[in-house]
Amino acid sequence: MKTLLKDIEERFGISKVVEQRPDEVFVTVKKDDAVALITYMKTHAGFTHLVLLTAVDWIEDGQFQLTYLLNDPTEKRDIGVRVMLDRETPVMESVHHLWQQAPTYQRELKEMFGIDFPGSPRIDEPFILEGWQDIPPYRRDFDTKKYSDETYFPRPGRVTHDPAEYMKKKLYPEE
Amino acid sequence: MSMKDLEKRMVTGPDGEQFEVDPMQDYFCQETPKVHKASAVKIWEDFLNWARAESLWILGYGTGCGAIEMRPLMTPRFDAFRYGIQWRPTPRQSNVLVIGGYMSVKTLKRVVRSYEQMQGPKYVLGLGSCTINGGMYYDSYNTINRLDHYLPVDVYITGCMPRPESLLAGFEELKKLIKAGKGEGQNKYAENFEWYKANQKKIIKHWDMPDYNW
Repeated sequence: MKTLLKDIEERFGISKVVEQRPDEVFVTVKKDDAVALITYMKTHAGFTHLVLLTAVDWIEDGQFQLTYLLNDPTEKRDIGVRVMLDRETPVMESVHHLWQQAPTYQRELKEMFGIDFPGSPRIDEPFILEGWQDIPPYRRDFDTKKYSDETYFPRPGRVTHDPAEYMKKKLYPEE
Repeated sequence: MSMKDLEKRMVTGPDGEQFEVDPMQDYFCQETPKVHKASAVKIWEDFLNWARAESLWILGYGTGCGAIEMRPLMTPRFDAFRYGIQWRPTPRQSNVLVIGGYMSVKTLKRVVRSYEQMQGPKYVLGLGSCTINGGMYYDSYNTINRLDHYLPVDVYITGCMPRPESLLAGFEELKKLIKAGKGEGQNKYAENFEWYKANQKKIIKHWDMPDYNW
């Protein structure tokens, strides 16, 4: 793993290397070098399997972080490639030419976060939500409880008990 | 079905002749559902209720997590067949719709279509706490909180998920209800059709089916 990291550090601009486990590493790369790095990982370094493509909403920094998790089946190691995107106009190059499962992940991200992948097949078809008109629901500035209270009729009389407090009051009522 | 399927179009028949087809008029019922009164003769109505209660045929549509609790009922240990309960593949042959667990908006559209295609008298069973008050998904942007605003529910079975024995107890409760003559879900739906339809249309924004899907 260390030789691989040194190799890609020379070729691409890697900024942050986080080692979770001996066989799992996360690297952060700039948006312009991202697809080149991922293609290199697939073709030269043996990480032929795309496990998943997810996004994290860093609303305080004004960024979306995309994570491509790649897996090497022969050497049994993982690498996660993180790409930071601007939150105002989140656009990223598509990787559908490398893996056939990528368009599905990209469709989900487009619907749930609003991250666009121009050129990906069937990107505008609704995936989970049909007829959704609000902002993309996985963003942190979407208040899902408020939406649920307004759209779906909540049954009145719903009470939430904190289990520790409830048991304390029940077992030691005089305190 | 998409919006394109509902428009008028020319269709070629098997003999080669062309005719115009308007799906909304030709394929679907144009009226709203009717209220069916019970029979005037009490003994006959009691007999009919007994017959309906003793052979509850469920639509085999596992809408949510509750579907996993219906599977053990088919096995010899809990054996629902001795109660007269079977699972049928189509809505046209079934009596009971068991809503198992949470209902997302996407599922609700399909369930409403299935419910309206069932022949009466039909009953709805709500399984789990998600049908009662939203359950553990009460603050979700995609799941409904109260099932009885969209479909007329006869019996709720509490639990998350209820055990198969609770399900059988729920079916017993439904049977008692039907034999007492109170299984009036279908009539409730027909009487308050506009209210149910307004609630359904409020959340199902992509409506590409007719109003009444008989």
